[in-house]
Amino acid sequence: MILRLDNVSKSYGALKVTDNVTVAVPRGEALGIIGPNGAGKSTLFNLITGNVLPNEGRIEFLGRDVTRAPAMERVRMGVGRSFQIPQPFEGLTVFENLLTAAAFGRGGREADMVDACAHILDETELLKKANVVAGTLSLLDRKRLELARALATGPELLLLDEIAGGLTEGECKALVATIRAIHARSTTIIWIEHVLHALNSVVERLLVLDFGRVIGIGAPDEIMASREVREIYLGLEV
Amino acid sequence: MWLDTLVQGILLGGLYALFAAGLSLVFGIMRLVNLAHGDLIVFAAYLVLIGVTLFGLSPWLAALLAMPVMFAFGWLLQTAVLNRVLGKDILPPLLVTFGLSVVLQNGLLEGFSADSRRIPAGSLEGASLDLGLVTVGVMPLLTFASAIAAIVALNALFYHTALGRAFRATSDDVVTAGLMGIEPKRIFAIATGIAMVVVTLAALYLGMRANFDPSIGPARLIYAFEAVIIGGLGSLWGTLAGGVIIGVAQTFGAAVNPEWQILAGHIAFLAVMLLKPRGLFPRAVD
Repeated sequence: MILRLDNVSKSYGALKVTDNVTVAVPRGEALGIIGPNGAGKSTLFNLITGNVLPNEGRIEFLGRDVTRAPAMERVRMGVGRSFQIPQPFEGLTVFENLLTAAAFGRGGREADMVDACAHILDETELLKKANVVAGTLSLLDRKRLELARALATGPELLLLDEIAGGLTEGECKALVATIRAIHARSTTIIWIEHVLHALNSVVERLLVLDFGRVIGIGAPDEIMASREVREIYLGLEV
Repeated sequence: MWLDTLVQGILLGGLYALFAAGLSLVFGIMRLVNLAHGDLIVFAAYLVLIGVTLFGLSPWLAALLAMPVMFAFGWLLQTAVLNRVLGKDILPPLLVTFGLSVVLQNGLLEGFSADSRRIPAGSLEGASLDLGLVTVGVMPLLTFASAIAAIVALNALFYHTALGRAFRATSDDVVTAGLMGIEPKRIFAIATGIAMVVVTLAALYLGMRANFDPSIGPARLIYAFEAVIIGGLGSLWGTLAGGVIIGVAQTFGAAVNPEWQILAGHIAFLAVMLLKPRGLFPRAVD
């Protein structure tokens, strides 16, 4: 297993945003996470990346207990992340964003990272905008940069947070094709997404969260057919 | 006469830019206003003075040796004290640096008394260059050249090195920087260390050009602060422009009436704030 969460819980005061979550992710898997707004999906990512520490439970990455490890240490171990609301370093160019992520995320010299960054820019269709200041990018390009920058850290586990949100159908298709290509290289992916057709075209399993609890995990078809999931997540009366 | 006043003002601006560059650097990266900045300049001036008077070094060599000491001091100060109080609330770092200012002033008073001191600069003190229309002092010229060199070096560091990119990334978004493998607290410590190296350069020229004593830090802080604000928060070239504006305003004020020198600098600051509240070349967003 590349990632294992055992009985992980997180509360803010009386509010439990992650409730006893247990999940194991095998290396090379693409796992989708769905759930209504406020279900605790992004908090789960924050727990995995180390932005937030759990109140209870244990998190293992690559067989090592990282429950209390700081975020920068987890990045260097191979946890890469994109944000739901793109958060590029706005004053840096697109290329500088990647170079910084590569140099510090992988822990090497910038000069050794240039080719890898150029390749990632090409893969994410940002090569022509390499010297554009990130703060001036369109939403699609910001999303691409989120993905590119996470890839630049050299992740073994890639966490994608609603990367298809707000994109047109055509833009979404292009992004899905890129994610498929990344997954084909055996990169483990955990993807939070509301655009279900995009998500289901990539992931092998779906995990459903509601009020911080895992209410289902399994093959996408199975999950989407589940009465509980359809009621809670899709709001359908069945 | 007015051309001479203008040139002297521009050159004086170099000293103010040196006072302000470290402050601008620290503010640009971590949004920290260091109220002890002026006292740290005075502290560094005493450090250089010790090198000159106690060990018989030239001021240049004494400053060169003081720079790594001040870098280490800045690094330790940030790591042991300031990193603990940096956060969303701007008040704790303000209070801590205000406290540091009081401690430094009283510590220097205890160690060196209230007597005015000066770093002996030898033959450079009165040396001047006749440029035809104006005559300029060698020391003010060196100060201005050093200010430009310091700002060029800091800009090169910011825009052409991995460390500089980490400075800018951390300045943009400290949480995301952590998720890219950057250690913000380490970056902050290095930034304060570098700011203290610039402070030492400012202290060298302050000590060679004027008398100093433990109480003059707060006034240097005000000049530095005004230069940073006029230039626009986070912009190093803006800081130089801010220093020059204050310097020129002061020399013109003094030319009209010697008592108006300091007042004219502050009026120039207020005038810029009225016309451009975010400064002339703002870079920082907050």
